[in-house]
Amino acid sequence: MKVFGVRLPAMSSLILWGLLWEVFGRSGYSFFVPPLSEVVATLFEIIGTSAFQKALYETAYAFCSGVFFAIVIGIPTGILMGKNRLVDELLLPWVNIFLSAPLTALVPVLMVLFGFGMKSIIITTTLFAIWIIILNARAGVMQINRSLIEMATSFGASSWDAFSKIYFWAALPEILGGVRIGIIRAVKGVIIGQLLISLVGFGALFELYSNNFLMKHFWAVLIVLFALAFTISEFLAYLERRVSYYAAKR
Amino acid sequence: MVMLQTNALAEDQSVLDQTDNAVSVSNVSKNYGDVEALKNLSLDFPRGQLTSLLGPSGCGKTTLLKIIAGLLEPTEGEILVNGSPVTGPGEDRAFVFQDFALLPWASVLRNVAFGLELRGVARSEREDIAVKYIKDVGLEGFEKSFPHELSGGMRQRVGLARALSVDADVLLMDEPFSAVDEQTRRKFQEDLLALVANENKTFLFVTHSIEEAVYVSDQIAILLPRPSRVSEIIRPTGLREKDSTSIRRDPEYLDIVDSIWESLKTYVE
Amino acid sequence: MVSRSLTLKLVSAIIVFGAWEIAGRIPVSYAFPTFIDSMKALSAMILDGRLFAAYGETLKPLVIGVLISAVLGIIIGLWIGLSEWFDWLFSPIFIVMQAAPLAALIPLLVMIYGIGLTSKVFVVCIMAMPVIVLNTAGAVRNTPSSFIEMGKSFLASRREVLAKIIIPAASPVIFSGLRLGVSAGFIGAILSELKITPTGVGDIITFSRSIADYASMYAAIFSIIVLAVVFLNLLEMLERVLFEGNVRGYASD
Repeated sequence: MKVFGVRLPAMSSLILWGLLWEVFGRSGYSFFVPPLSEVVATLFEIIGTSAFQKALYETAYAFCSGVFFAIVIGIPTGILMGKNRLVDELLLPWVNIFLSAPLTALVPVLMVLFGFGMKSIIITTTLFAIWIIILNARAGVMQINRSLIEMATSFGASSWDAFSKIYFWAALPEILGGVRIGIIRAVKGVIIGQLLISLVGFGALFELYSNNFLMKHFWAVLIVLFALAFTISEFLAYLERRVSYYAAKR
Repeated sequence: MVMLQTNALAEDQSVLDQTDNAVSVSNVSKNYGDVEALKNLSLDFPRGQLTSLLGPSGCGKTTLLKIIAGLLEPTEGEILVNGSPVTGPGEDRAFVFQDFALLPWASVLRNVAFGLELRGVARSEREDIAVKYIKDVGLEGFEKSFPHELSGGMRQRVGLARALSVDADVLLMDEPFSAVDEQTRRKFQEDLLALVANENKTFLFVTHSIEEAVYVSDQIAILLPRPSRVSEIIRPTGLREKDSTSIRRDPEYLDIVDSIWESLKTYVE
Repeated sequence: MVSRSLTLKLVSAIIVFGAWEIAGRIPVSYAFPTFIDSMKALSAMILDGRLFAAYGETLKPLVIGVLISAVLGIIIGLWIGLSEWFDWLFSPIFIVMQAAPLAALIPLLVMIYGIGLTSKVFVVCIMAMPVIVLNTAGAVRNTPSSFIEMGKSFLASRREVLAKIIIPAASPVIFSGLRLGVSAGFIGAILSELKITPTGVGDIITFSRSIADYASMYAAIFSIIVLAVVFLNLLEMLERVLFEGNVRGYASD
């Protein structure tokens, strides 16, 4: 977008939307939408409170553990599926089912099986992230150039060498693509888990603020959350671009 | 009916005036920001003949063709087609694309008739015309096929039939044979010679193949880059009298190919 | 000989459901019914019509929400794809929406629109719309430039270029955006039934849990997952039939 020959940065329209929000909030038209400036002021107030820091810590803990398990289980499973046809045919239907299934419906099951706490939220997060990671790792391995593997075998590589020196690296661009989408899904999963289980993290905070009609607080937490999610996703996209430079040249 | 009339008219004019130009480019420049793609370029395209624009990549030959087509605007200069200035695409010109630009969701018949469809010709009429040209380019029986079911060469025949079916005076061909295999290309080149002889249209032909240019052209304009300019105009007139199958063995053909290569060599990395 | 892939799918299903059955018999948890018990509960719900009534409830916000998202999403997406100014103005909102956990808006929607159908439709919309908008806009932007030049050189008007070239060229990607939108809509519909007010299938899940009828609870969850997966797979098959060959046929292949 160019105005008077000056190129406007990509996300700069958000400033305009922020101004609109401010004007709309000041008009006092809706109780539910306070002016942006007051929300930001509230944001700085609550960022230091222990309630907020506890929520942030609990959410980050659940998120990181969930993503950790998704990656540690997902990537080897995907690589195995890509290498072994029998395993692939046994697992692929299930991976596809869970990839498109509304996983929200499983949260009540997790609640009765694993309780109303952190454990269920971590598993929810893992469930949201893992399937796309598996599928991408599998796709990455399957597109590996056969001559690369033949080259390794002809130089006498052991199967561990082939795995760690060829398969993993040749599939890395796809694997990272899967991890990126998986992590974005995990952000949604951790919040959905917390909303439904709602005793910990931001879920509890949202419950508290909305029950007491603390609109400024509610919006402030929302902004923090959305900004964090957006930053994570952009950062991962940036990383992927840096690492995938050789993807096109294979 | 309309078709016959314009053909007759074109014939009359070429009899009346031997040096008549269908397209004339005068002092055209094109800049992309600070980059000069074309600089002060002038060139005439005689009616009823095939003129090749030949040159190394980056010499602006496709840019020039798209400016004549009205798809790009020149920064400076003027283009006349049949005496009137170009302000945009027009009914007097038809374009053949390097990547064919066939609609993948449309049958061969609809693709060939697409130019007429956009001109508001009624369905039955435009399909009759399309069927005729599909037959002319040798694709009879493929009317109901889809582009992905055809080979590269057949796809470009569809593109050619589409350009012919709108019956424009000027055919603009942007490296039309570069995406087809070598044998198909030879067949195309022979067919093109017949087309130039029979159709009484003016052909503008962009290519990067020296042999192709010498084989098919009445006039070859050699374009050189940095800054883009017409360095030489060659008219292999002697070859046009010969039979299309013996041209490639002709000493004149080989000499021209060689001399063009000598002058282009220094511009190839 | 039965095809290898079908046999393996059956074997795979038997292993998983068998494991479920065994785990239920041990039992691994008081809240883990066997596969057979769950299927019995499912057939009981189907036979007394409870399941159909529940789906009538559940599908209402889903269908309304997906329809609104589809119409609005495609219009906005086309606009973003065609106009640089609109792109600058609206793309960032949908990009942020795509990355953000929008479920967090649910408490706010409930405060503003109450616990009725409106809130649930809203939840489905905010979940489904971003992917539809972004896919449509991306597809429009990626129309091969030679198609548009071809249209122009044959004197197509702006409207003709849009209707006869850009939209047909973009429709496979738009359609897959719709499919992803439906998938996200399912998540939204179930989330709103579990979070806002228990109705439909959400009611069966919540109620069965409260009376410890775990077989019925598992059956309801099983049914919604099957429904979503089957429906999305049908859409995917339809997509393949509709746009067969549409993505091929360029010079490069």
